[in-house]
Amino acid sequence: MSKHTLSVLVEDKPGVLTRVAALFSRRGFNINSLAVGPTELPDISRITVVVEVEGAALEQVTKQLNKLIEVLKVVELDPHASVQREIVLVKVRADAATRSQVIDTIQLFKAKVVDVTTDAVVVEATGNSDKLRALLDVLEPFGIKELVQSGMVAVGRGSRSITDRSLRSA
Amino acid sequence: MSDTTKQAPSPADVASLARPRPAADGKPVEPAPAAVQALEVTGAQALVLSLEAIGCDTVFGIPGGAILPAYDPMLDSKKVRHILVRHEQGAGHAAEGYAAATGKVGVCMATSGPGATNLVTPLADAHMDSVPVVAITGQVASAAIGTDAFQEADIRGITMPITKHNYLVTDPAKIPQAIAEAFHVAGTGRPGPVLVDISKDALQSRTTFSWPPQIDLPGYRPVLRPHGKQIREASRLMAAAKRPVLYVGGGVVRSGASEALRRLVELTQIPVVTTLMARGTVPDSNPLNLGMPGMHGTVAAVTGLQKSDLIIALGARFDDRVTGQLSTFAPDAKVIHADIDPAEISKNRVADVPIVGDAGEVIKDLIEQVTLDRATAESGSWDYTAWRERVAEWKATFPLGWTESEDGTLSPQYVIERIGALSGPEATYVAGVGQHQMWAAQFVQYERPNAWINSGGLGTMGFSVPAAMGAKVAEPERTVWAIDGDGCFQMTNQELATCVVNNIPIKVAIINNSSLGMVRQWQTLFYNERYSNTNLQPTEQRVPDFVKLADAYGCLGLRAETPEEVDAVIKQALETNDRPVVIDFIVHRDAMVWPMVPAGVSNDMIQAARHEAPVWERED
Repeated sequence: MSKHTLSVLVEDKPGVLTRVAALFSRRGFNINSLAVGPTELPDISRITVVVEVEGAALEQVTKQLNKLIEVLKVVELDPHASVQREIVLVKVRADAATRSQVIDTIQLFKAKVVDVTTDAVVVEATGNSDKLRALLDVLEPFGIKELVQSGMVAVGRGSRSITDRSLRSA
Repeated sequence: MSDTTKQAPSPADVASLARPRPAADGKPVEPAPAAVQALEVTGAQALVLSLEAIGCDTVFGIPGGAILPAYDPMLDSKKVRHILVRHEQGAGHAAEGYAAATGKVGVCMATSGPGATNLVTPLADAHMDSVPVVAITGQVASAAIGTDAFQEADIRGITMPITKHNYLVTDPAKIPQAIAEAFHVAGTGRPGPVLVDISKDALQSRTTFSWPPQIDLPGYRPVLRPHGKQIREASRLMAAAKRPVLYVGGGVVRSGASEALRRLVELTQIPVVTTLMARGTVPDSNPLNLGMPGMHGTVAAVTGLQKSDLIIALGARFDDRVTGQLSTFAPDAKVIHADIDPAEISKNRVADVPIVGDAGEVIKDLIEQVTLDRATAESGSWDYTAWRERVAEWKATFPLGWTESEDGTLSPQYVIERIGALSGPEATYVAGVGQHQMWAAQFVQYERPNAWINSGGLGTMGFSVPAAMGAKVAEPERTVWAIDGDGCFQMTNQELATCVVNNIPIKVAIINNSSLGMVRQWQTLFYNERYSNTNLQPTEQRVPDFVKLADAYGCLGLRAETPEEVDAVIKQALETNDRPVVIDFIVHRDAMVWPMVPAGVSNDMIQAARHEAPVWERED
């Protein structure tokens, strides 16, 4: 199974996320990650969904998504031609003895400390899944007390926008 | 990279929204309703005015607490006839029968909670068979939504996977728009059910009603016109094929494209198979029609597809009941697949030439292209003479038939054949689900589309009586038969009361084998004749006595138990038009549906009758 990143532009109406999520479970497609948020256009939301499927099933996912009345557009983003990011907030055990080691480590990942107490720090990091995985691996020995991670968001490289055509006049 | 954009409807689309879908095969399209300027009304009045403006003439439903406000203005409507059914499931199937008979959008109405959940089965049925239906349900007042209020059910959430689209309306000003959009979505593109759930306070509040409302469906734009390049490619494959088959599905019926299809068949002389959903699109009397494919299809249709080198699928979806084991289905065939729903193309069987478009448009363009290409064709192409002779031989060697029972009791197939023969092609035949459905698909001769209405995809037992009622309301001049089983009939026969009091004289033929016959057939074949829970009549006493039941409802009740009695009761039923007729045909219990391809195996394993598999010439 390979992972595919789909950007789904939807009308910002109640229930639209349920429709999209229910479609995946009903048709037996696996969601790897899901993120929803506003776009530059009022009343249009963007769902970034990472799905684990093979070729023909990917075509089915796209076609079934397009059948939803409130879905405006579905675009698959090529990982080599797009920027893909997740955010992680991780609470790491760090006292006076280990704090500087933790900070040195996370700086290699361009992550930052956003909260400090006597026995822990909260680290904020963004990046693609591989980078965040690597960061978490090196933080693991210090002791991870709590971890929260967002779904992936992604945008195509270059000047073209997936909302360029037709939607602006809609 | 997939990049598919759906565009906003054009002004022309918006202008045409209020019009129902063109009726099948040349029936006139109703005129667009006149515009209405801001009227001060309640939400409930806005609902009824919207239904009137959109041309809805019939609603099947049952009132209840949350929908009650809508029923008050309904009482005064001169244009909308409300038919009070006895169970909401009956309302839903009646709306389906109405829609399937005419191509117009069928409408049903129910209250919140249990009223709405009783519509779930017909909505799922309409979704599977692409029937244009609008369901209107009451919902508890918006302030109570989410509090587990009395008769509250999240019907919008419940019906999301079984409707084409659905709405929850809590603002009375949005009722006309929701109704207009619901009719548009239900009746255009690939038709389907749309549910509009309206909160009680929205029905009670004051608002202004204007018509036509603003439509806002930027994400809905079905593709109707096929791509020219794909049409040319399809024609090229047809020219090169030696063993082509037209695989025709229900999409051709819904599109009203049967006349065009007949011209295409006439032009190309390609053999046709008509699926369960497409019986009648090409007349059964046409020698090129091989009949129904699939699990209980004819040997000629199943084998024709299996040995073809080109399948031209029109509005069909390669359902498992048609293909059998998918990996061995028509192994040598290339596939041209035309469907209005892009998601059906290459869903089950990969298409070599995918064509997205309305069946009528596709067929029209194919006729033009084929005519052009044939005029300039090289010799040897477009010639299927040898293939036609082969399929004709299969058709002659393995006709549909049945074995009479050993004890002289009535054969169900004979009953159904006589009903068809005595009632003729202009009658409408509505089946339930099971053995009687297959026999009705096999042994009634269909000559026109919409003459055959059944529950194909969902396989809903209990469909027949209420759907027949809906079909009869839509076309009162036609003879409408409900061909039902005794199991099915007991699921929805309460609608006979609706038929009697509303003067809807349907005719019901109960093919009574005292069993859940299709399940029993499987128990006979695959479960060592262990008849677990399929005997509906374990005692000598008739429970219930269907003739007495019919009588209790105010219908004419008749019974036939021998072949000699069959024609007489059918004729009496055909002559009785002042009330519904119920005929209890006592048939023998061990009759089986043949031919049969057992579930999950290759269609090559077709058996023409029990222990009787065709022997094929060895050339392939």
